[in-house]
Amino acid sequence: MTITVNMTVNGKDVSAEVEPRTLLVQLLRENLGLTGTHVGCDTSQCGACVVHVDGESVKSCTLLAAQCDGGQVTTIEGLADGDTLHPMQEAFREHHGLQCGFCTPGMVMSAIDLVNRNGAPSETEIREWLEGNICRCTGYHNIVKAIDAGAKSMGG
Amino acid sequence: MTEFGIGAAVKRKEDFRFLTGRGTYTDDINRPGQLYAWIVRSPHASADIRSVDTDAAKNAPGVVAVFTGADLAADGVGGVPCGWQVTDKHGEPMKEPPHPALVADRVRHVGDQIAVVIAESKDQARDAAELVEVDYAELSPATSIADALKDGAPQVWDEAPGNICYDWELGDQAAVEAAFGQAAHVASIDITNNRLIPNAIEPRAAIGDYDPASGDYTLYTTSQNPHVIRLLMGAFVLSIPEHKLRVYAPDVGGGFGSKIYHYAEEAIVTWAAGKLQRPVKWTAERSESFMSDAHGRDHVTHAELALDGDGKFLALRVHTDANMGAYLSTFAPSIPTYLYALLLAGTYTTPQIYCNVRAVFTNTVPVDAYRGAGRPEATYLLERLVDVAARVTGIDRVEIRRRNFIPKDAFPYQTPVVVQYDSGDYQATLDTALRHAEWDGFEFRRQEAAERGKLRGIGISTYLEACGIAPSAVVGSVGARAGLYESANVRVHPTGSVTVFTGSHSHGQGHETTFSQLVADQLGVPLESVEIVHGDTAKVPFGMGTYGSRSLAVGGTALIKAMDKIIAKGKKIAAHLMEASEADIEFKDGAFTVSGTDKSTTLAEVALTAYVPHNYPIEELEPGLEEQAFYDPTNFTFPGGCHVCEVEVDPDTGVVEVVNFTAVDDVGRVINPMIVEGQVHGGVAQGIGQALLESCAYDQESGQLLTGSYMDYTMPRADNVPSFHVSHEMTLCTHNPLGVKGVGEVGAIGSPPAVINAVVHALEPLGVTDIAMPATPQRVWQAIQAAQTQAAAE
Ligand code: FES
Ligand code: FES
Repeated sequence: MTITVNMTVNGKDVSAEVEPRTLLVQLLRENLGLTGTHVGCDTSQCGACVVHVDGESVKSCTLLAAQCDGGQVTTIEGLADGDTLHPMQEAFREHHGLQCGFCTPGMVMSAIDLVNRNGAPSETEIREWLEGNICRCTGYHNIVKAIDAGAKSMGG
Repeated sequence: MTEFGIGAAVKRKEDFRFLTGRGTYTDDINRPGQLYAWIVRSPHASADIRSVDTDAAKNAPGVVAVFTGADLAADGVGGVPCGWQVTDKHGEPMKEPPHPALVADRVRHVGDQIAVVIAESKDQARDAAELVEVDYAELSPATSIADALKDGAPQVWDEAPGNICYDWELGDQAAVEAAFGQAAHVASIDITNNRLIPNAIEPRAAIGDYDPASGDYTLYTTSQNPHVIRLLMGAFVLSIPEHKLRVYAPDVGGGFGSKIYHYAEEAIVTWAAGKLQRPVKWTAERSESFMSDAHGRDHVTHAELALDGDGKFLALRVHTDANMGAYLSTFAPSIPTYLYALLLAGTYTTPQIYCNVRAVFTNTVPVDAYRGAGRPEATYLLERLVDVAARVTGIDRVEIRRRNFIPKDAFPYQTPVVVQYDSGDYQATLDTALRHAEWDGFEFRRQEAAERGKLRGIGISTYLEACGIAPSAVVGSVGARAGLYESANVRVHPTGSVTVFTGSHSHGQGHETTFSQLVADQLGVPLESVEIVHGDTAKVPFGMGTYGSRSLAVGGTALIKAMDKIIAKGKKIAAHLMEASEADIEFKDGAFTVSGTDKSTTLAEVALTAYVPHNYPIEELEPGLEEQAFYDPTNFTFPGGCHVCEVEVDPDTGVVEVVNFTAVDDVGRVINPMIVEGQVHGGVAQGIGQALLESCAYDQESGQLLTGSYMDYTMPRADNVPSFHVSHEMTLCTHNPLGVKGVGEVGAIGSPPAVINAVVHALEPLGVTDIAMPATPQRVWQAIQAAQTQAAAE
């Protein structure tokens, strides 16, 4: 049995036939070929899969595609304007907030949601917000610096 | 220093694709007509397999095939090989049991592979795997080193009596005993190096592909060293000759050692792709990673240090038992021997060292290199023991280190454990670290913390490591079944842009940037005109890959040597073009000049001439401008440094907070300081993880993996670590042209003892003298309670 789900992904209307158990991340990666959203775990802990649904960060491994029917989804692929990076992406580049890049899409999407809620987060607030995003490479030092800088340039 | 050359903090070339979701990791790749594999894994730590019934699974929707060990055996598929043979102290080779890709008779750890289900979709494969019926006769497992060494312990392998893989030694035992006889003081310690699970955030994945038209196989895989996988899998497991097998490791999401090894799943999907004539993809779920990626560390050690009346180290005596797990992973035997005992001199002049290591089989996942590999274990042991020695002798922790440091004018310095250090200045890194950490102001901070009810401690570690492993002839003489050189191929295109094919592999290290900087620096080519190609055996001539912090020291040197050849040939061409003698040609910043004149030509013009050789010394020189170099190092490199950690302990909860962390590392010449600092940050976070948070636990009775997910295995999160104070001191490596030493592992090597020394220092006023890693709140709280109970009794 399959069901039809309709949503807007990165500004484009999409429609897909999926099994009811299909997760949002599967829909994005497998049906839509948006492989920038990653899967790093099976217990909803790592945050590599974070995207925005209706403007808020969610773990796309933990939502059924069907739950997002009619929703607005933004993935890492939807942030930059051509070759011009989103200020948060630019801040990660500037401050070396990524190494292997695997956690990065989730980190960036999560960071943008933080700044949308709190335009000037402190270091402690940034670190606490990142509770749901694991990075094995950077030791978080430069991610925290990048988010701090990204928050400033998003505000400006 | 130029804007893009050596020493410049150039922003990374690879970041744009990663930041926009355009990286290509193995699981992002899909091949036309692709099938999906799901591995049936053992739920038992030890059991005989009575039968495997695959009929129901074969008939499940979407299932194309189910294969077991018997199918592989019928096709002559070999076992997964081990790449290093250790010879024991009696001259006997280590016990090397078979490691079939799918086991047919007995499972030996939870997660051991029994069968593969291949279906049209991943969900179908996973669903059908539930229908594979395995009849097990459960056996009792040996799940820890202590269990496995007990009299009458369950035998993991019949051919390894007492579960001993090898009993190995290094050093002059009699001389060490004699030195202990002269000792004024003896410091001793019993120490466990906790077992860790590497947890690169990208789970392992592999796609096998077969082209019936050409008979060529391709394996896409999450590997740190695709040529090594091609060699091991092609030659030993599947009998596919190199020219018919391409191994491609595209973007790889972190490795930390766990993606060095050849894993069974790679062979299974490659073989199945040929068998079914369709691509077969496998991607691990995180819970599979926990029970199938090689784990790290897991040593139990007793060590003693003999000192004279002035606190000078006289001799070190070490006995270590090291867990190998159930099978020998690719480099496992070398980790607790040649990457461990050779480091036991550390930064000190200890004249006599004896080390005995028993490698032990257990019913657990294989253990192999994890960031640092052997060297963190040696460093943790030494740096804890030196703190104990300070306590025993009453000499200050910093002072006892200074008294025993190898002085900076003593290099090259021959240690009693084989290796000869080339350079270092341990007093300098120590001085800088103490200054940055404001060591002298500690008592004031301790007071201030005490007023808040916190116990504050400060700890130090003055570590040394060996990397850039190593001369092939040397490692070959001690059991390596591979060479450890590196290759680089430099192609200057007709219009002067450059492609480099390197055998090193980048999985976070930023080689596309650092190696481009080397080219920009040496050839004067702008960064954007350089492309670094790695990870694909179809493009790169050969390579040993990236591990042991070897990429720059070995791979970077190969690149320099290939560029030297380019410049040498370019000089000949330039001499011809400018009608000058080759001896008068100089090359600098991308221009060939005739010395003493204003005649000049560019690398681009020389390249064009080389490819359009109309006016060219064709009798002496071949056309084209492409050169290759292989570099086999003449020694290890020896980074070292000083880490200082400051913690606050909440005595009511046992929670340890790292409040300051200072690292001063000597990694030789720094090509890109931004990348170097990032490597240290990541390593230190892993070291703090080992010291305070992470530990792999097995249930002793059943052998079940208790820490099998991120719910149970505590990964360091952003709020577990502070911002770090990182800097470097520089002494140059004397035996490679760049003077580089390597930085990938220093953070994970230097930091754990600094953290634990700080925790013990914080608790010392209560009478606590030791705490095991990870120093979890529970452990710390218990240590405090025990110390208080003891104090009350006295
Ligand atoms: S994949 Fe790990 S939280 Fe979603
Ligand atoms: S950059 Fe590799 S996991 Fe974060």
